[in-house]
Amino acid sequence: MKVLYFAWLRERLDRSEDEVAPPAEVETVTDLVDWLAQRDEVLAAALEKRSIFKFAVDARIVPPQTPLAGADSVAILPPMTAG
Amino acid sequence: MSVEVITGSFDPGAAYSEFLAGARGIGAGVVFTGVVRSTHERPITALILECYVELATNEIEAIRRSAVDRFALAEAHIIHRHGRLLPGEPIMQVMTLAEHRGAAFDGAQYLMDYLKTDAPFWKKEETADGSKWVEPVAADAVARLRWEQT
Repeated sequence: MKVLYFAWLRERLDRSEDEVAPPAEVETVTDLVDWLAQRDEVLAAALEKRSIFKFAVDARIVPPQTPLAGADSVAILPPMTAG
Repeated sequence: MSVEVITGSFDPGAAYSEFLAGARGIGAGVVFTGVVRSTHERPITALILECYVELATNEIEAIRRSAVDRFALAEAHIIHRHGRLLPGEPIMQVMTLAEHRGAAFDGAQYLMDYLKTDAPFWKKEETADGSKWVEPVAADAVARLRWEQT
Protein backbone atom coordinates (compact mmCIF):
# COMPACT_ATOMS: atom_id res chain seq x y z
CA MET A 1 0.00 0.00 0.00
CA LYS A 2 1.23 3.49 -0.83
CA VAL A 3 1.11 6.33 1.66
CA LEU A 4 1.22 9.75 -0.01
CA TYR A 5 2.42 13.00 1.58
CA PHE A 6 1.78 16.53 0.33
CA ALA A 7 2.86 20.17 0.74
CA TRP A 8 4.72 21.01 3.96
CA LEU A 9 4.29 17.47 5.27
CA ARG A 10 6.10 16.17 2.17
CA GLU A 11 8.83 18.76 2.68
CA ARG A 12 9.25 17.97 6.34
CA LEU A 13 9.53 14.22 5.66
CA ASP A 14 11.71 14.86 2.60
CA ARG A 15 9.76 12.29 0.59
CA SER A 16 6.43 12.19 -1.20
CA GLU A 17 5.44 8.59 -0.51
CA ASP A 18 6.12 5.37 1.37
CA GLU A 19 5.38 1.82 0.33
CA VAL A 20 4.14 -0.01 3.42
CA ALA A 21 2.72 -3.39 4.39
CA PRO A 22 0.87 -2.81 7.67
CA PRO A 23 -0.08 -5.80 9.85
CA ALA A 24 -3.64 -7.15 9.86
CA GLU A 25 -4.63 -5.29 13.04
CA VAL A 26 -4.22 -2.00 11.16
CA GLU A 27 -7.81 -1.84 9.94
CA THR A 28 -8.68 1.84 9.45
CA VAL A 29 -7.08 5.06 8.25
CA THR A 30 -6.64 6.13 11.90
CA ASP A 31 -4.95 2.80 12.71
CA LEU A 32 -2.60 3.28 9.76
CA VAL A 33 -1.65 6.81 10.76
CA ASP A 34 -1.02 5.67 14.37
CA TRP A 35 1.08 2.77 13.09
CA LEU A 36 3.10 5.04 10.77
CA ALA A 37 3.66 7.58 13.55
CA GLN A 38 5.01 4.88 15.86
CA ARG A 39 7.61 4.00 13.26
CA ASP A 40 8.67 7.54 12.34
CA GLU A 41 9.44 10.31 14.84
CA VAL A 42 9.42 13.05 12.22
CA LEU A 43 5.98 12.00 11.02
CA ALA A 44 4.73 11.70 14.61
CA ALA A 45 5.87 15.27 15.33
CA ALA A 46 4.38 16.60 12.08
CA LEU A 47 1.04 14.94 12.89
CA GLU A 48 0.91 16.28 16.43
CA LYS A 49 -2.24 18.31 15.67
CA ARG A 50 -3.97 15.37 14.08
CA SER A 51 -7.38 17.06 13.77
CA ILE A 52 -6.14 19.54 11.14
CA PHE A 53 -5.38 16.76 8.64
CA LYS A 54 -7.70 15.17 6.13
CA PHE A 55 -7.24 11.75 4.61
CA ALA A 56 -7.92 10.20 1.23
CA VAL A 57 -8.22 6.56 0.27
CA ASP A 58 -7.67 5.90 -3.42
CA ALA A 59 -8.01 9.61 -4.25
CA ARG A 60 -11.30 10.18 -2.37
CA ILE A 61 -11.45 12.18 0.86
CA VAL A 62 -12.79 9.90 3.60
CA PRO A 63 -13.44 10.04 7.36
CA PRO A 64 -10.51 8.78 9.49
CA GLN A 65 -12.46 5.72 10.67
CA THR A 66 -12.73 4.41 7.09
CA PRO A 67 -11.60 0.77 6.70
CA LEU A 68 -8.49 0.19 4.62
CA ALA A 69 -9.66 -3.10 3.10
CA GLY A 70 -8.61 -3.24 -0.54
CA ALA A 71 -7.05 0.26 -0.57
CA ASP A 72 -4.11 0.88 -2.89
CA SER A 73 -3.21 4.30 -1.52
CA VAL A 74 -3.80 6.47 1.51
CA ALA A 75 -2.97 10.18 1.37
CA ILE A 76 -2.28 12.36 4.39
CA LEU A 77 -3.44 15.88 3.55
CA PRO A 78 -2.35 18.97 5.50
CA PRO A 79 -4.91 21.82 5.65
CA MET A 80 -5.60 22.96 2.11
CA THR A 81 -5.56 26.57 1.01
CA ALA A 82 -7.72 25.83 -2.01
CA GLY A 83 -7.69 27.51 -5.38
CA MET B 1 -14.36 16.83 -20.30
CA SER B 2 -15.78 19.15 -17.66
CA VAL B 3 -12.92 19.41 -15.20
CA GLU B 4 -9.33 20.00 -16.27
CA VAL B 5 -6.49 20.02 -13.75
CA ILE B 6 -3.46 21.01 -15.78
CA THR B 7 0.15 22.17 -15.35
CA GLY B 8 0.59 24.39 -18.40
CA SER B 9 -0.99 27.78 -19.00
CA PHE B 10 -4.21 28.21 -20.97
CA ASP B 11 -5.82 30.88 -23.10
CA PRO B 12 -8.87 32.11 -21.13
CA GLY B 13 -10.58 33.60 -24.18
CA ALA B 14 -10.04 30.57 -26.39
CA ALA B 15 -11.29 28.26 -23.63
CA TYR B 16 -14.46 30.33 -23.23
CA SER B 17 -15.08 30.51 -26.98
CA GLU B 18 -14.79 26.76 -27.20
CA PHE B 19 -17.14 26.36 -24.24
CA LEU B 20 -19.74 28.70 -25.80
CA ALA B 21 -19.52 26.97 -29.16
CA GLY B 22 -21.35 23.98 -27.68
CA ALA B 23 -24.25 26.10 -26.41
CA ARG B 24 -27.69 25.50 -27.92
CA GLY B 25 -31.02 26.68 -26.56
CA ILE B 26 -29.51 28.65 -23.68
CA GLY B 27 -29.45 32.38 -23.09
CA ALA B 28 -26.61 33.01 -20.68
CA GLY B 29 -22.94 32.23 -20.30
CA VAL B 30 -20.73 33.40 -17.44
CA VAL B 31 -16.96 33.14 -17.15
CA PHE B 32 -14.70 33.89 -14.21
CA THR B 33 -10.92 33.81 -14.49
CA GLY B 34 -8.70 33.81 -11.40
CA VAL B 35 -5.33 35.50 -11.94
CA VAL B 36 -2.10 35.26 -9.92
CA ARG B 37 -1.91 38.44 -7.88
CA SER B 38 1.18 40.31 -6.80
CA THR B 39 0.47 43.62 -5.09
CA HIS B 40 2.65 46.54 -4.02
CA GLU B 41 1.95 45.71 -0.35
CA ARG B 42 2.50 42.00 -0.81
CA PRO B 43 4.74 41.36 -3.79
CA ILE B 44 5.36 37.79 -4.87
CA THR B 45 7.62 36.46 -7.59
CA ALA B 46 5.63 33.26 -8.13
CA LEU B 47 2.78 31.16 -6.75
CA ILE B 48 3.27 27.43 -6.43
CA LEU B 49 0.11 25.35 -6.37
CA GLU B 50 0.56 21.78 -5.28
CA CYS B 51 -2.16 19.20 -5.74
CA TYR B 52 -2.94 15.52 -5.83
CA VAL B 53 -4.25 15.53 -9.39
CA GLU B 54 -6.57 12.54 -9.15
CA LEU B 55 -8.08 13.75 -5.88
CA ALA B 56 -8.41 17.35 -7.13
CA THR B 57 -10.19 16.14 -10.27
CA ASN B 58 -12.59 14.00 -8.21
CA GLU B 59 -13.35 16.75 -5.70
CA ILE B 60 -13.81 19.49 -8.29
CA GLU B 61 -16.08 17.22 -10.32
CA ALA B 62 -18.24 16.68 -7.21
CA ILE B 63 -18.48 20.47 -6.70
CA ARG B 64 -19.28 20.92 -10.40
CA ARG B 65 -22.09 18.37 -10.30
CA SER B 66 -23.64 19.97 -7.22
CA ALA B 67 -23.64 23.35 -9.00
CA VAL B 68 -25.20 21.89 -12.15
CA ASP B 69 -27.96 20.26 -10.07
CA ARG B 70 -28.60 23.19 -7.76
CA PHE B 71 -28.85 25.88 -10.46
CA ALA B 72 -30.08 23.67 -13.32
CA LEU B 73 -27.06 24.67 -15.39
CA ALA B 74 -26.94 23.48 -18.97
CA GLU B 75 -23.18 23.04 -18.58
CA ALA B 76 -20.29 23.93 -16.29
CA HIS B 77 -16.59 23.63 -16.97
CA ILE B 78 -13.64 24.23 -14.67
CA ILE B 79 -9.99 24.61 -15.59
CA HIS B 80 -7.51 24.66 -12.70
CA ARG B 81 -3.75 24.87 -12.99
CA HIS B 82 -1.10 23.59 -10.64
CA GLY B 83 2.68 23.96 -10.55
CA ARG B 84 4.65 27.23 -10.59
CA LEU B 85 2.63 30.22 -11.78
CA LEU B 86 3.77 33.79 -12.39
CA PRO B 87 1.94 37.02 -11.46
CA GLY B 88 -0.59 37.96 -14.12
CA GLU B 89 -1.04 34.40 -15.36
CA PRO B 90 -4.46 32.74 -15.18
CA ILE B 91 -4.78 30.23 -12.31
CA MET B 92 -8.23 28.92 -12.96
CA GLN B 93 -11.42 29.51 -14.90
CA VAL B 94 -15.03 28.70 -14.17
CA MET B 95 -17.58 28.76 -17.01
CA THR B 96 -21.32 28.22 -16.76
CA LEU B 97 -24.18 28.04 -19.21
CA ALA B 98 -27.83 28.37 -18.24
CA GLU B 99 -31.16 29.32 -19.71
CA HIS B 100 -31.10 32.71 -17.94
CA ARG B 101 -28.38 34.93 -16.50
CA GLY B 102 -29.40 34.55 -12.83
CA ALA B 103 -28.59 30.86 -12.75
CA ALA B 104 -25.42 31.31 -14.81
CA PHE B 105 -24.10 34.01 -12.41
CA ASP B 106 -25.20 32.17 -9.27
CA GLY B 107 -23.73 28.90 -10.52
CA ALA B 108 -20.39 30.55 -11.24
CA GLN B 109 -20.37 32.33 -7.86
CA TYR B 110 -21.26 29.12 -6.03
CA LEU B 111 -18.53 27.22 -7.87
CA MET B 112 -15.97 29.90 -6.99
CA ASP B 113 -16.98 30.01 -3.33
CA TYR B 114 -16.74 26.23 -3.03
CA LEU B 115 -13.51 26.00 -5.00
CA LYS B 116 -11.95 28.62 -2.71
CA THR B 117 -12.62 26.46 0.33
CA ASP B 118 -12.88 22.87 -0.88
CA ALA B 119 -10.58 22.48 -3.87
CA PRO B 120 -7.70 20.35 -2.62
CA PHE B 121 -4.73 22.57 -3.40
CA TRP B 122 -1.83 23.84 -1.35
CA LYS B 123 -0.43 27.28 -2.10
CA LYS B 124 3.10 28.43 -1.56
CA GLU B 125 4.15 32.01 -2.22
CA GLU B 126 7.61 32.80 -3.52
CA THR B 127 8.90 36.24 -2.55
CA ALA B 128 12.27 37.99 -2.68
CA ASP B 129 12.80 36.76 0.92
CA GLY B 130 12.08 33.10 0.26
CA SER B 131 8.95 31.00 0.07
CA LYS B 132 6.26 29.95 2.49
CA TRP B 133 3.03 27.95 2.58
CA VAL B 134 -0.16 30.00 2.69
CA GLU B 135 -2.60 29.43 5.56
CA PRO B 136 -6.32 28.92 4.80
CA VAL B 137 -8.28 32.20 4.75
CA ALA B 138 -11.31 32.51 7.05
CA ALA B 139 -13.05 34.97 4.67
CA ASP B 140 -13.28 32.22 2.05
CA ALA B 141 -15.13 29.94 4.47
CA VAL B 142 -17.53 32.80 5.28
CA ALA B 143 -18.21 33.35 1.56
CA ARG B 144 -19.13 29.71 1.19
CA LEU B 145 -21.49 29.76 4.18
CA ARG B 146 -24.10 31.87 2.39
CA TRP B 147 -24.91 28.90 0.14
CA GLU B 148 -25.52 26.71 3.17
CA GLN B 149 -28.00 29.21 4.61
CA THR B 150 -30.12 29.62 1.47
